[in-house]
Amino acid sequence: MAKYLLLKHYRGAPEPTNCVPMDRWTPEEVADHIRFMHDFAARLEGTGEFVDAQALSPEGTFVRYDGEGRPPVTDGPFAETKDLIAGWMVIDVDDYARALELAGELSAAPGAGGKPIHEWLEVRPFLTAPPAVTD
Amino acid sequence: MDEALLRALTPIVIGILCRRGADFAAAEDAVQDALVEAVRVWPDDPPRDPQGWLVTVGWRKFLDAARADAARRHREERVESEPAPGPAETADDTLRLYFLCAHPSLTPASAVALTLRAVGGLTTRQIARAYLVPEATMAQRISRAKRTLSGEAGLPKSPTPRPSTRTGDGLPGEAGLPKSPTPRPSTRTGDVGTVLRVLYLVFNEGYSGDVDLSAEAIRLTRQLAAMTDHPEVAGLLALMLLHHARRPARTAPDGRLVPLAEQDRGLWDTRMIAEGIGILQAALARDRLGEFQAQAAIAALHADAQRPEETDWPQIVEWYDELVGLTGSPVARLNRAVAVGEADGPQAGLAALADLDPSLPRHTAASAYLHERAGDPATAARLYVLAARAAPNLPERDHLTRQAARLNTGRRG
Repeated sequence: MAKYLLLKHYRGAPEPTNCVPMDRWTPEEVADHIRFMHDFAARLEGTGEFVDAQALSPEGTFVRYDGEGRPPVTDGPFAETKDLIAGWMVIDVDDYARALELAGELSAAPGAGGKPIHEWLEVRPFLTAPPAVTD
Repeated sequence: MDEALLRALTPIVIGILCRRGADFAAAEDAVQDALVEAVRVWPDDPPRDPQGWLVTVGWRKFLDAARADAARRHREERVESEPAPGPAETADDTLRLYFLCAHPSLTPASAVALTLRAVGGLTTRQIARAYLVPEATMAQRISRAKRTLSGEAGLPKSPTPRPSTRTGDGLPGEAGLPKSPTPRPSTRTGDVGTVLRVLYLVFNEGYSGDVDLSAEAIRLTRQLAAMTDHPEVAGLLALMLLHHARRPARTAPDGRLVPLAEQDRGLWDTRMIAEGIGILQAALARDRLGEFQAQAAIAALHADAQRPEETDWPQIVEWYDELVGLTGSPVARLNRAVAVGEADGPQAGLAALADLDPSLPRHTAASAYLHERAGDPATAARLYVLAARAAPNLPERDHLTRQAARLNTGRRG
């Protein structure tokens, strides 16, 4: 059993095959996409593999420490970043092959024209706790 | 509330209900219901015979559920008058559960969850927290595992199942019931291996949530060893004890990983080590070597050294030769290369490492370590950085990063 992050990007991933942006879809196509996402998560909960799924706003703020006694410095919104995370799904599966299989299915979420987006998802393994057997 | 008692009784009661004719999934559901009632009732009205109480209430729960299926009512009522089983039958019941929960049609995640619940007596919530998944997800994992078993494993009946007495004047629908699938007897030798791999997975998960999974794996393996006469079961138990004994020394209070050579050996549990070595010696004396006995022998040689310099590396290399011969495992070959480096010098270790696939987990870390011992700190530092990037867990990544920093600091100063 291992946990993997399936990471979605607003930008920064390679261009998908069906790359019409969501604001150009029909309302029915948006509804289909959202239903697909919910159905996918529900199916994973049914197979005992779902851990978490979240979406992030494209707007945000960079923050950094500015020294003792000073408030943090902020800078935003994100105008020029090359990479912008859209959201994620965390799964707990038996092996890497299963993680790839599920990422492939998630990538097929419908987009413009009701056709699969073929979205590039980033699959990242979690750093685990150390094993009990070490030598 | 004696939670340990409830957990110890869980597999026994499930086994009894299965032998009376309940299928595994229904028996497991019924026992969970009985446990809930026990938690509610026992504090104010403790039973004189806890196991008997659970069997009675569990069986009643099962019958209540089964009565929804009117076609089965007659058979269940006849079975209800069955006498209580003796101790030998109890052990057989629990043993059968080990094999059932490690059925080959289950995925490792399902087998682990089902074993912890049915044999270990843990709650779904405890198992979910231990594996850091939502409780609903773990509940589904367990439910699917039970459905898989009902569909494939057939009913875990006793060796001589009662013949069905079907007559033409039975209740409506009874005549049309499909015949129960013929129970498939375990191929014990093969299934022992699967059971042990499941227990090993539980042990290796270590500790998270409020359940000490390593301690739980030891308890379950000890219980299995008491019911079987298989040297590999003893080998796995010895392996677990020898590793568990050293756990207090393996991490520093701040969570930092402490390599074996730097561990405070005064923190090792010498009583547990002695127990592990005793169990291993008894198993090895039977001359039926397996991979867990070989791994335990290596762990015993490490545990037997009062100081790092006393480690018998040549004998450890010999045991790795045995382990590689038994399993052909690339990981065993990698560990063997490190041991060769200790026994015959770092250049010999690097030569052994060169024969292996560089993409093996921890190959780069081993190479970094051996290069450092070979007097090449610059290469070692570079390799430690690469190894840290490929590390599978956080303490290991931090440890490897720290090694790179240590060597780079030396060069900078």
